[in-house]
Amino acid sequence: MDKIRLHLTVNETTVEVETTPNRRLLDILRDDLDLTGTKEGCGIGECGACTVLMDGKAVNACLVIAPQAEGKEILTVEGLARDGKLHPLQQAFLENFAFQCGFCTPGMLLAAKALLDRNSNPSRDQIREGLAGVLCRCTGYIQIFEAVEAAAKEWQK
Amino acid sequence: MPKSSLIGQSLLRVDGLEKVTGQTRFAADLKVPGLIHGRMLFSRFPHARILGIDCAQAQALPGVHAVLTAADLPNLRPFGIVFADQEVIVSQKARYLGDVVALVAAESPEAAEEALSLIEVQYQPLPAVFSPQEALADSAPLIHAERPNNIVNHHKVRKGDVSLGFAQADMILEREYRTQWVEHAYLELEAVTAVFHHDQLELFGSIQNPFSTQSMVASALGLPSEQIRVRQTPLGGSFGGKDEVMYLMAARAALLAKATQRPVRMQHSREESFRESYKRHPYQMRYKVGATREGLLTAMEIAILADAGAYAASSTFVTWRSVVHAAGPYRVEHVKTDITAVYTNNIYTGAMRGFGTPQVIFAVESLMDELAQELKLRPDELRRRNLLTTGTVTATGQCLNDHPVSLRDVMDRALQSIDYAQKINEPAQTGTTKRRGIGFAISHRGCSLGAEGVDRAEARLRWQPDGTVLLSIGLSDNGAGLNTVLSQIVAQELGIGTEQVRMDEPDTTLVPDAGSTVASRGTLMGGNAVREAAIHLREMLLVSASQLLSLPAEQLSFVEGRVCSNLDPSQVVSPAEVVDWLASCGKSLEATGSYEAPTVDWQEETGQGRAYFTYVYGCQAAEVEVDLSTGQVRVLHLVAAHELGRAINPATAKGQIYGGVAMGLGYGLLEELDLHQGQARSDNLDRYLLPTTCDVPQVVTPILIENPDPAGPYGAKSLGEPTNELTAAAIANAISQATGFRLRELPCDLIKIVLLRTLKPD
Ligand code: FES
Ligand code: FES
Repeated sequence: MDKIRLHLTVNETTVEVETTPNRRLLDILRDDLDLTGTKEGCGIGECGACTVLMDGKAVNACLVIAPQAEGKEILTVEGLARDGKLHPLQQAFLENFAFQCGFCTPGMLLAAKALLDRNSNPSRDQIREGLAGVLCRCTGYIQIFEAVEAAAKEWQK
Repeated sequence: MPKSSLIGQSLLRVDGLEKVTGQTRFAADLKVPGLIHGRMLFSRFPHARILGIDCAQAQALPGVHAVLTAADLPNLRPFGIVFADQEVIVSQKARYLGDVVALVAAESPEAAEEALSLIEVQYQPLPAVFSPQEALADSAPLIHAERPNNIVNHHKVRKGDVSLGFAQADMILEREYRTQWVEHAYLELEAVTAVFHHDQLELFGSIQNPFSTQSMVASALGLPSEQIRVRQTPLGGSFGGKDEVMYLMAARAALLAKATQRPVRMQHSREESFRESYKRHPYQMRYKVGATREGLLTAMEIAILADAGAYAASSTFVTWRSVVHAAGPYRVEHVKTDITAVYTNNIYTGAMRGFGTPQVIFAVESLMDELAQELKLRPDELRRRNLLTTGTVTATGQCLNDHPVSLRDVMDRALQSIDYAQKINEPAQTGTTKRRGIGFAISHRGCSLGAEGVDRAEARLRWQPDGTVLLSIGLSDNGAGLNTVLSQIVAQELGIGTEQVRMDEPDTTLVPDAGSTVASRGTLMGGNAVREAAIHLREMLLVSASQLLSLPAEQLSFVEGRVCSNLDPSQVVSPAEVVDWLASCGKSLEATGSYEAPTVDWQEETGQGRAYFTYVYGCQAAEVEVDLSTGQVRVLHLVAAHELGRAINPATAKGQIYGGVAMGLGYGLLEELDLHQGQARSDNLDRYLLPTTCDVPQVVTPILIENPDPAGPYGAKSLGEPTNELTAAAIANAISQATGFRLRELPCDLIKIVLLRTLKPD
């Protein structure tokens, strides 16, 4: 297969990757850029472990093929903290015990960020709906809801 | 000692920062130079003789480094924790669709994939059996030729005389219940890497139990254990599911690494995981119960068939726990229980959170509700008349007299919290098609391994020159926060902060074996061992400090993390100074602690004995709303009251409850592995439904009841599994109360009732 040159901005850094068009954004992030915070749990768009933001919208990186990411701005979990300071969502996840094994956490954080970017004061039901695309097998979600609510409060300030 | 105790505080997770920043490196995240990719070829038939395998084309493919079949590996040996019936690569025949007939290692995943398609296997399909009934028929094919029949094991309980008990009964009820195939569905898929350093094999990956992996791989490959080092990478969930499947994967990666002299990684796709990995046992359970008019149980007779699938794995232990708990937390004079695990050509079954209790609790707690209805008693009243209390005797003949039996307490607290007495009398109908109902379930649960096996844990602590304390223990944090809890215990005993406690890597060459992190034994067994190690370390610190200060040890005390003289407060020395001084003499400050569980005993013939050294008690109550037009069930409120001895970290304890309840809800309402002729038709998360954010209860109320147990560290016992075993039963009872009909099969599929058919393909 012919190689393509892909240009994208990942966590505010522009990168150029040589790849084949059949590869997924997920593979590019994990294998080429060593951003392994983005996980693979199913490969078919069901689990949300691969959730990243593409131009601000939550997408499943396992369903985005390389050419679709051309020129896009990608945010992964590695780009959430700034200057050594945790993002308010990360801080809230930490303080509210919103993770156990932590495997779903990167995707969950980004889905939560997309939600709060749209709606900085979501109701419990809106949080449920906003995060419905990310599965967690450990936590039962309750502490995740609490964390998002706590972060939303911070967000308001 | 610090002034305020760290025990009982919701301290933040010690591994939290790396988890919320995405820095935690799971097995598939680790980069290894020179890594090549291992893949396996599954059997095409659920039961077939392997007549021949032609690998020539696959071998010739560019980028392929090795193709292995059993014929290349005459020294491979079958393995298994109870029966050595499982092969790393099958040699003569395949017994289920997840059996592996060949391995490939290639430079790229694509080359490996292509190589697999080029391997030609000649099969002779054999008659196969897909249910315990078929497998027990006289005409059934033998799945393991070395066994006389397809029975893996048979456990029984014989207490009193059931015919006498039924003769005393005014009412006898017979019911049959069934549970389904369930996938662990840990979000992190299985992955392992094997590297040979000369003849030393290093394995690392998503391995639940490094020590058992070490010994299983050693026995399969015929290597001495000392030549195998197993490191556990952080687990992205396990729930009992990363044992046998990881032994196999580790052994296969090792074979390929040996053959190619390259580091080899094997990792499952979700489809492969569904196909190969072991599941929760489906049970078929027949219950017969007798009671007097007053609602006193007189006898219970139980017969259970468990589908073990193609291999025994831990079926013997799982079904043993079932046999102990099958009659529920009730006083029954006359009990007869039989449980038989049977080989079939289905996917094999093994350990999963709950370990043989969610099935029997669903049955016995449904049965109690059905009996209450027949007797015209309220479900809580019937239970109150029969439940175990301190000093009473269990179905397995154990007198519960050495710890407070808090069943009544947990039940009262849960029912009060959900307003049961009020709601049970409210009309079910809440709209034209909507019905509301309330239900609950109770349980007792034996802690740790019980009479399953030797129950011992060991831990080591070392005070390091930088003032931190290194904790080495062979238990793993499966995600629930065990490391945090153990750090709290160390910090508490040594008067330091949890941030000063470092966890040693779970590595067989570094940490002492503490047995497996199973049976909710981490806090109880590990906590005891760690606490003992800390106490020793403190004593040793005092002795060394007395030498350093030239003061008698009796005159020294350990206050707020420092050693000082009782007589002269200016005489102080910090642990770091002591460690420095010891280092200058070529010594270190290190202590070990171990804990051996109190004795248990078991008579296999009668099923009587002290099955577990202590128990925990729980009650979960659910309020549901059922839409009769769509069959949809919403859980409005779920109360989970659990007696856990003592909560060392209440926030992580609550996390266990929320997580256990969600998994239990999945078991009760959503999850079912659709297995057809041995093939998993739900082979990814689109066809296997896990609870999402929208499915979990509207409100969950966790109630932690503390009742410090003399056997546990600070009185702590277990919680991980109890939270998961009651939910499905409570929801099923609530649905029945709402709708007036009883579902005796999990998951509770109301669509089947609304439509009179299922939506699944036949
Ligand atoms: S891996 Fe992309 S959704 Fe599961
Ligand atoms: S924390 Fe384990 S999957 Fe969410």
